[in-house]
Amino acid sequence: MPRPLQFLGQGVVYLVIALLFGLFSDWPRFTFFPADQAQIMLSFAHGAQRKGECRKLTAEELDELAPNMRRPEICPRERLPVLVELTLDDQPLYRESLPPSGLSGDGPSQVHRRFVVAPGSHRITVRLRDSARSEGFDYERSETIALRERQNFVIDFRSDRGGFVFM
Amino acid sequence: MIDLRRPLRWCFLHLERWLDAVFPAGWNPLHQLGALGFFYYWVVAVSGIYVYVLFDTGTTEAYESVEFMTVEQWYLGGVMRSLHRYASDGMVLMMVVHVLREFSLGRYRGPRWFTWFTGVPVLWLVMIAGISGYWLVWDQLAQYIALETADWLDWLGIFGEPIARNFNTASALDDRFFTLLIFIHIVVPLLLLLVLWIHLQRVSRPQINPKRGLAVGTLAMLLALSFWKPAVSQGPADLAAVPGELGLDWFYLGFYPLMERLSDAAVWGFAVALTLLLAALPWLPPMRKAEATANTAVVDLGNCNGCQRCADDCPYNAIAMVPRSDGMAFDLEARVDSDLCTSCGICMGACPTATPFRRRSELIPGIELPQASARALREDLEAATSGLDGESGVVVFGCAHGPKLERLDLPNVASVALPCIAALPPSYIDYALSRGFAAGVFLAGCHEGDCYHRFGVAWMEERLAGERDPALRRRVPRERIGQAWLAEDGLSDLASAIEDFQAGLAPQAASAGAEPVRKRLEEEEVGSHA
Ligand code: HEM
Ligand code: SF4
Ligand code: SF4
Repeated sequence: MPRPLQFLGQGVVYLVIALLFGLFSDWPRFTFFPADQAQIMLSFAHGAQRKGECRKLTAEELDELAPNMRRPEICPRERLPVLVELTLDDQPLYRESLPPSGLSGDGPSQVHRRFVVAPGSHRITVRLRDSARSEGFDYERSETIALRERQNFVIDFRSDRGGFVFM
Repeated sequence: MIDLRRPLRWCFLHLERWLDAVFPAGWNPLHQLGALGFFYYWVVAVSGIYVYVLFDTGTTEAYESVEFMTVEQWYLGGVMRSLHRYASDGMVLMMVVHVLREFSLGRYRGPRWFTWFTGVPVLWLVMIAGISGYWLVWDQLAQYIALETADWLDWLGIFGEPIARNFNTASALDDRFFTLLIFIHIVVPLLLLLVLWIHLQRVSRPQINPKRGLAVGTLAMLLALSFWKPAVSQGPADLAAVPGELGLDWFYLGFYPLMERLSDAAVWGFAVALTLLLAALPWLPPMRKAEATANTAVVDLGNCNGCQRCADDCPYNAIAMVPRSDGMAFDLEARVDSDLCTSCGICMGACPTATPFRRRSELIPGIELPQASARALREDLEAATSGLDGESGVVVFGCAHGPKLERLDLPNVASVALPCIAALPPSYIDYALSRGFAAGVFLAGCHEGDCYHRFGVAWMEERLAGERDPALRRRVPRERIGQAWLAEDGLSDLASAIEDFQAGLAPQAASAGAEPVRKRLEEEEVGSHA
């Protein structure tokens, strides 16, 4: 192959590689989230009440324990599940009984879920039960929110802040 | 199962031919993919140090500092950032082609398992390094990476609190997270270097640097690209909004869309399965026939004088020189580690005692392959050349990895196959010519710069040129030796090279009046060492 042609060929090789890097480092473009939707994210970690009441130990029971283990009462460690319900304009979006985490079921219940919804004004209601009651809820929050396009509307639950937090 | 290696090899051979025509000898980029990978690594490292100096850790500072280098200091910071990005892409490209090529050529089996196996974690480390880099910028792409990666990792369920919760809101994210990211982005590339060092432990004389001209060309290409299309960010991350349309770096993030389209579980399954498959590949079928029968080199101590040439020439570091164990008056003896030996036979070609001029009964060299012994080689030579006419008969010594010799059909040409061309002790060339077995000797081996056994062609050329022991004796007429180094698809080129060689040979042979010594030698055995 004549030299000028060789140089041309080398140029082509470099050009092809440069094009590979230049192009495929940001193209074809990819749409992660559609521009005409919004997102509600339900994400919290919250421990429900323990499964049973704490109870005083009897004298016999205390005697059986090693001295350094003696405590006046024992509390069951296992927690109840957390029941959570999310509705959008009174339509159910999500309802789940979240089991406690941890090997012995003593950790908080956790949820991290995304819901794609149409932007605009919506009545968002969340309810949560973390006690042994069989009817109704312990916490509830309901608000009408105007969701922007691609907004990430986060619903957290913080018992130290009195319940549901909308962000 | 269809053998994927064949079509791949076909593609590589064609591309290689074209690149050979375009690049100067020894520059073919396909023959130095690993070395180019290293070169890209160094570009990434140097540009990375500069970019790191300008980088600020923190949820808002990160993006702002990257914007500063890209916009305000575009002529240096921006160029460095672009070099950093594009050279990182280069590492992925080189790595993938390197893996495909080694795979297509079957260079992952037998003693090569180690190099292959230690290459597998490299794939993960390169990916982690690149992804953590894109994450650091903390633009919308980084936010997307954060959301997807966190979900993906959370799928494992081994983190007490889901990582994803860190990215719910800006207030949930703290600066310590960036400190962790920076740490990952520095430690993983350093770990990568360590693993690459291990990767090359069993490769003797690895080519770590590409040819100078190729390095210069690559750097110029990267610089031009950096000015033509500077790397930019995609708007600051905003956790109150979900990232919409993004430009992905498909070299690193190509599989990210699958996490959404399929599922985190599927991507985990795919990644783990692919890793395990790659790691197990050296032990999976289809096996090569040669590997089924162990044929590793054996040392005959009675003939080994401890000269060390075999150990110098072994491309796989399979020979160690150890203190003498048999009381002979030499300091050292050769010892073969059969786990590392690939049966290339190069050690026999290097051993000064492997000479056909020795008495037939004595022809046991210091080192040889039991199934391709020095004696068998002489017998093959003698049998193959029996039908040649002394005026223009040519014997071709060829290796098993170039064009297939048995398909060579030329009049008055005989061929002898070897595992590697450097398995041929140069004294055999002398023997074939001086004893009149052939008027010319033609050497055929793998493609120059890409010898299957790494150094076969290089060692042979140095032996012919008298630059490497054992050297071909000076008295051997060089014009009666021809050679061609061709890939396996080069049969017709080989045939025409042999014909040209033979045509140039005939008058010389006639004028030199080559005597038909062959017959005379049948009875006589010469005991002299060459
Ligand atoms: C950026 C990543 C990598 C770099 C920089 C790299 C570098 C190298 C270098 C410099 C060599 C020696 C070439 C020579 O002198 O003949 C080599 C050989 C090799 N590499 Fe890699 N490598 C990388 C990744 C990988 C991966 C991911 C694999 C496989 C999974 C792999 C498998 C091999 C094999 C099988 C050989 C051949 C050894 C032989 O011929 O005996 N490499 N690599
Ligand atoms: S046959 Fe090849 S790999 Fe084995 S010891 Fe000899 S030179 Fe080394
Ligand atoms: S080349 Fe031969 S003589 Fe020299 S050390 Fe190796 S086996 Fe021994």
